[in-house]
Amino acid sequence: MDFEDTPEEAAYRAQVRAWIEANKDALPQGNHGSRAESVADAKKWQARKFEAGYVGITWPKAVGGQGGSAMQQIIFNQEEARYNAPTGLYAIGLGMCIPTVFTHALSPDIAQRYVPKAMHGEEVWCQLFSEPAAGSDLAGIRTRAERDGDDWVINGQKVWTSGAHLSDFGIVVTRTDPNVPKHKGLTMFIVDMKAPGVEVRPIKQMSGGSEFNEVFFTDVRIKDTHRLGGVGDGWKVSLTTLMHERLAVGGKPASAPGVKEMIELAKAIHLAEGNALEQSHVRQRVADAYIADQGIALTRMRTISALSSGRTPGPESSISKVVVAKTMQDIGAFAADLCEGAGLLMGEDTPNIPHLSRFQTSYIGSAGLRIAGGTDEILRNIIAERVLGLPGEIRPDKDIPFSEATKLGL
Amino acid sequence: MNFQFSEEAEALREQARRFLEDRSGRDKARAVMTSGASHDAALWAEIVALGWTAIRIPEEHGGLGLSVLELCVLAEEIGRLVSPVPFTSSVLLATEALLAAGTDAQKAHWLPKLADGSAIGTVALGEGTAAPGTRSTLQIKDGMATGVKVPVPDAAAADFIILSGADGLYIVDTKAAGVTIDAVETIDLVRRSARVTLTNAPVEPLLGGRAALEKFLQAAAVLLAFEGLGGADAAMDMALGYAKERVAFGRKIAGYQAVKHRLADMYIKNQLARSHAYYGAWALLTDAPELVQASAGARLAAMDAFQFAAEENVQLHGGIGFTWESDCQFYYRRARLLTLMLGSKSQWADILVRALEQRNTMMAA
Repeated sequence: MDFEDTPEEAAYRAQVRAWIEANKDALPQGNHGSRAESVADAKKWQARKFEAGYVGITWPKAVGGQGGSAMQQIIFNQEEARYNAPTGLYAIGLGMCIPTVFTHALSPDIAQRYVPKAMHGEEVWCQLFSEPAAGSDLAGIRTRAERDGDDWVINGQKVWTSGAHLSDFGIVVTRTDPNVPKHKGLTMFIVDMKAPGVEVRPIKQMSGGSEFNEVFFTDVRIKDTHRLGGVGDGWKVSLTTLMHERLAVGGKPASAPGVKEMIELAKAIHLAEGNALEQSHVRQRVADAYIADQGIALTRMRTISALSSGRTPGPESSISKVVVAKTMQDIGAFAADLCEGAGLLMGEDTPNIPHLSRFQTSYIGSAGLRIAGGTDEILRNIIAERVLGLPGEIRPDKDIPFSEATKLGL
Repeated sequence: MNFQFSEEAEALREQARRFLEDRSGRDKARAVMTSGASHDAALWAEIVALGWTAIRIPEEHGGLGLSVLELCVLAEEIGRLVSPVPFTSSVLLATEALLAAGTDAQKAHWLPKLADGSAIGTVALGEGTAAPGTRSTLQIKDGMATGVKVPVPDAAAADFIILSGADGLYIVDTKAAGVTIDAVETIDLVRRSARVTLTNAPVEPLLGGRAALEKFLQAAAVLLAFEGLGGADAAMDMALGYAKERVAFGRKIAGYQAVKHRLADMYIKNQLARSHAYYGAWALLTDAPELVQASAGARLAAMDAFQFAAEENVQLHGGIGFTWESDCQFYYRRARLLTLMLGSKSQWADILVRALEQRNTMMAA
């Protein structure tokens, strides 16, 4: 056992490191306030990566990727993270949408039109799946697509669409046949987010930020050439996207505080019975956080180790998000509580109360993370059904036409 | 990155699992529980013949000289079926203590016997309400010890006992004058324990004093984490098997979310425990400075997973799980034994956080 790179991995890491070092002029200099500046920063870095061949490292060469290994992608991401490179703008597009596009596009022309520009970062993508009445139960979506000659006409509403306000294109799942059971009447398309009839309205989140949106479609026309997969195959196509989503949403956000910050905070707090870190109940909570956070980091190393040695990783990585999000919430609340009344005050970081505002931000954000990309409940179902082989849920609407199920209130 | 067991170790695991499933079903544990015997001597003889008692002992002392990773694999497999043999006491604990801190003479005397099965050892840590190994009131003077150690697992079968004293580890021959061993009942009815009373009994120190004792407790924490991990996975497998068979309200209970989510939580805890146990194994293998935090983390995660799986296994079985005849009780009881024989959660959380605090301070400096 060791945590070292193989010689090949070490060589690749050295190459990546040298490249980033030689190109750090393209990284953002300081913190920009405005959204336009952040977008410009992200585009600049993405273009530099694309020119050097560091985008789509694991994608097949036929679609413009590098045909590299998962280990190479992991190494590149690790090195990039050391420089706080701005990659968030492309996480959904390149992580989920474009693999769906190059896997299911109807013609090479379509892939050729969209994939390189997305890789270069010129065009930003979003994923239009959830709706007000269909989140976890994605197959219950109601946005209609109706055939009209060579076009499809889209009407309906999507919600929780991250980055829609910054996007040029999206992949949208629609209902093309309400008279068959719900999983069978879906079809996926590429949609131009600037097309007439597309309206994006930002949603103000509980955290105060606005990363996601409502998107309304009113008689939006999409050419049939922009369909992804067969008519009625939308469910199958969406599984490609979701598989990539679960890979992308796994880890702990870099900004979230952890065990180290808990210790520093507790050390600075004096309770009636003495220093907080010296109290057994505090130490047990710090230990709980370590078991969860370090446990997930080590579980990830098991996955990487399997990839590195050419084995197929086990299903253990499926536990990641459900542990990470709840642990963030637990330690956020614990840290605030440790500060008693001062834990209520926002933006009052002082040397006496280190990291408090980060804990507060993480506490608020964790409530969203427990829902995004698969709720805690759905993720437990997935572990139970796919890993442990337990039966699926009873679905009274599964075998009846969607139109009938909605009439029955299902 | 090589954060997994070698193919050789995995092959040993497969061999061990096949052997134990064939020869050490839970009926063997039940037979020992019912008869009150110290262990299953026939099964132990087979285990000796397989070389498992010799696995870590150097070749010069008649052993196989394999690494601690192979030992971790066997610890996990022994834990799965609560095999009624003194493997934990003799191989995971007493042999490891001698290997780490025994004098040349102690090693030359006991290791060949441990390897060929002609001797069994155990370790005595418990004293009253002190966390085992942390405090001792044994009176040791001029090589003679007086005091009481209780509970001491597998003492009835042991030829020698490694004792924790206030200033380190000692060894005593169970046949020596002044050593009295009386059976006691503990929560675990398969691994029997005793009260060991020393009255001017001749003892010899091991090397390394208090530091060697602490390091031994860290190694023990990792090895018992693997044993607990085996128990946690086996309890989960029992619960899964039952939930897939049992019908209530017209369907298999495995289909209800209340049941599914409980089982998913078992899986989550077991996987976290496995990752921490591997980290502990790595730290032990490489004698890494991270051993303190890694061993405490391995122990905390494994005991938490084992307790949860053992409790919820009974719960998911319903009334049948609470009967004497059900095997659920083996894990329920064993989880407490493994937890209390080496220090509770608060004890190890304290060790863990002190180690993390020290690491923070060092990183800041």
